[in-house]
Amino acid sequence: MSTVRHNEPLIRIVKRDTISRPKSWGIRIAAVLLALLISGLFIYSVTSLNPADVYKAMYEGAMGTTRRRWITIRDVMVLLCIGVGLAPAFKMRFWNIGAEGQILVGGCVTAWCMLNLGTSLPTPVLILLMAVISIVAGAVWGILPAIFKARWGTNETLFTLMMNYVAIQITSYCVALWENPAGSNTVGIINQQTGAGWFPDLFGQAYGLNVVIVLALTVGMFAYLKYSKQGYEIAVVGESHNTARYAGIKLSRVIIRTMAISGAICGLAGFLAVSGVDHTISTNTAGGRGFTAIIVAWLAQFNTFIMVLISFLLVFLQKGASEIASQFNLNDFASDVITGIILFCIIGSEFFINYKLIFRKKKGGAKA
Amino acid sequence: MTQLLQSAIIFGTVILFGALGEILTEKSGSLNLGVPGIMYLGGIAGLASAFAYESSTATPSPVVCLLLSLVCAFLASMLGGLLFSFLTITLRANQNVTGLTLTIFGGGLANFFGGSLNKMAGGVGQISVAVTSGAYRTNIPALANLGWFGRVFLSHGFMVYLAIILAIILHWFLTRTRAGLNLRSIGESPATADAAGINVTRYKYLATCLGAGISGLGGLYYTMDYIKGTWASEGTIEALGWLAVALVIFSIWRPLLAILGSYVFGVLTWLYLYIPGLDRQSLELFRMLPYVVTIAVLIFVSLRRKPENQPPAHLGLPYFREER
Repeated sequence: MSTVRHNEPLIRIVKRDTISRPKSWGIRIAAVLLALLISGLFIYSVTSLNPADVYKAMYEGAMGTTRRRWITIRDVMVLLCIGVGLAPAFKMRFWNIGAEGQILVGGCVTAWCMLNLGTSLPTPVLILLMAVISIVAGAVWGILPAIFKARWGTNETLFTLMMNYVAIQITSYCVALWENPAGSNTVGIINQQTGAGWFPDLFGQAYGLNVVIVLALTVGMFAYLKYSKQGYEIAVVGESHNTARYAGIKLSRVIIRTMAISGAICGLAGFLAVSGVDHTISTNTAGGRGFTAIIVAWLAQFNTFIMVLISFLLVFLQKGASEIASQFNLNDFASDVITGIILFCIIGSEFFINYKLIFRKKKGGAKA
Repeated sequence: MTQLLQSAIIFGTVILFGALGEILTEKSGSLNLGVPGIMYLGGIAGLASAFAYESSTATPSPVVCLLLSLVCAFLASMLGGLLFSFLTITLRANQNVTGLTLTIFGGGLANFFGGSLNKMAGGVGQISVAVTSGAYRTNIPALANLGWFGRVFLSHGFMVYLAIILAIILHWFLTRTRAGLNLRSIGESPATADAAGINVTRYKYLATCLGAGISGLGGLYYTMDYIKGTWASEGTIEALGWLAVALVIFSIWRPLLAILGSYVFGVLTWLYLYIPGLDRQSLELFRMLPYVVTIAVLIFVSLRRKPENQPPAHLGLPYFREER
């Protein structure tokens, strides 16, 4: 009797049912190490510098002094805030690519308040007012695509993407309108003398208030998504629209409400960036962080505490890379290259967490 | 007027390349948001290869310059597309996240080397590949002098016409060939296509890589023709890349409409120069137009619900055979 020849592929891909936490983190850490190795090769091949020295310089750049540590923390907070804002939308599988625009409109209204109400209102009132207005502005920017998605199924990825550029042009318009000094095409530091509308020091730290606000949001969003009824609705809608409908969830209401929240927090991030960090407004206020935060939110799988880690990793890299750039006379874009390499590796590693590879057994071992 | 149309066509060609590549990619169901990064890769690869060649020989031949930079730009962009394909198709990563990362990475890599090239050539904005850029901008004087028609339509370098020819070929491929039909069916419903015996993975890989190669030519055209063989690290290519993504929507995924659309975007971009009494503030609002128009088209298309105008049904969604 002739044996039946099975044409078994060399590698089969099987979805894992579960993976132990140490193992999944092991894979992630391996991915980061691999990324550092590749980046090291990149740095060495371009500059012939010893990668170990370079990484040491990176650490110095991000964490070397108290001031640098605070600047790193400050930037982590802004990125984290945006990531937290994106979490509910992404959990609903609504691709809010428009964080960049939502930040900018939030920033623009904040800057307007600082310029026009800075002298007439006491600081606490002004800060509260700016927070509220930036939340409204961000929410409006987020709701628009959501309404069209909920009613007519308009593709939200493309819609929110385009809204970014509308917001960027509005910001350019504001910058041209408020430019100071004339002809500089920048707004300059707003209220440099009075400091009106700037975040006050908290616990003796200039960025104390940023940390408090963002950490409160982080914890709040975690609880909202995990323990509230609305958070559960978001999860159901994200899994399947049909299931949600069957369970009696009003789809359009959840979509619009969730995007309002998402846009609102991103708008608040704009307020944070303008009033709490930059004290000015430009098209660089968002500076691509709206896009970076998408990656942060996705990689953390909507867990806001993991976002803290990932945001920190990314900001650390950026600070570190700009330090190398100045120390070793490279240019600043090295940080984008290294960030890209690390993100690619982490993105790729998710595959090995969700799936396992089964290799074809050696001859004789396999039985049909 | 002639001037406006002429510059509109030059501007439009940059984004036309980007959009054509992205149409091919999106028709296979992959939403590659890495277009800006890919255009960056194309631009820098073309520039770097031309620079290396021009500075290594005393009398560089324009033909070699041209072919070398064209091939290098295409290959570098294809590598970007290959990376995207490997991560999204083989490793099943999310398309949006991978695409955005590709944009960060491509922009970083290009500006990193662009900055280094500038430094090697001595100072910012000093790099220049005159011979190559000249080759790209060569036109046929006899045709260019045919009155206003010649100035508007026949006075450009060959890439303008290459883009149009590519659009026509792409249209023919998507609507008139078996392979094009297969590709579109994958974009609409990969499960059905798979059941019909079409190799989904191979088609997606090819469409994404070739699409990336075509998109990258937009970056090449930008560096060689638009800014005449120099490099500026100011993020213009990124903005143009997103405009190319917008153009894909604007032209409702049709290559022939994309030709027209790209010139319309070009006109919208430069129109402000010809409007009297426009101050700087309103100018910025004016620049919003292409995006607003794109949003309007996006809304209009989804309101009308005409099946032939919709995005590919499976656009941006992953397809894994065993997860149905």
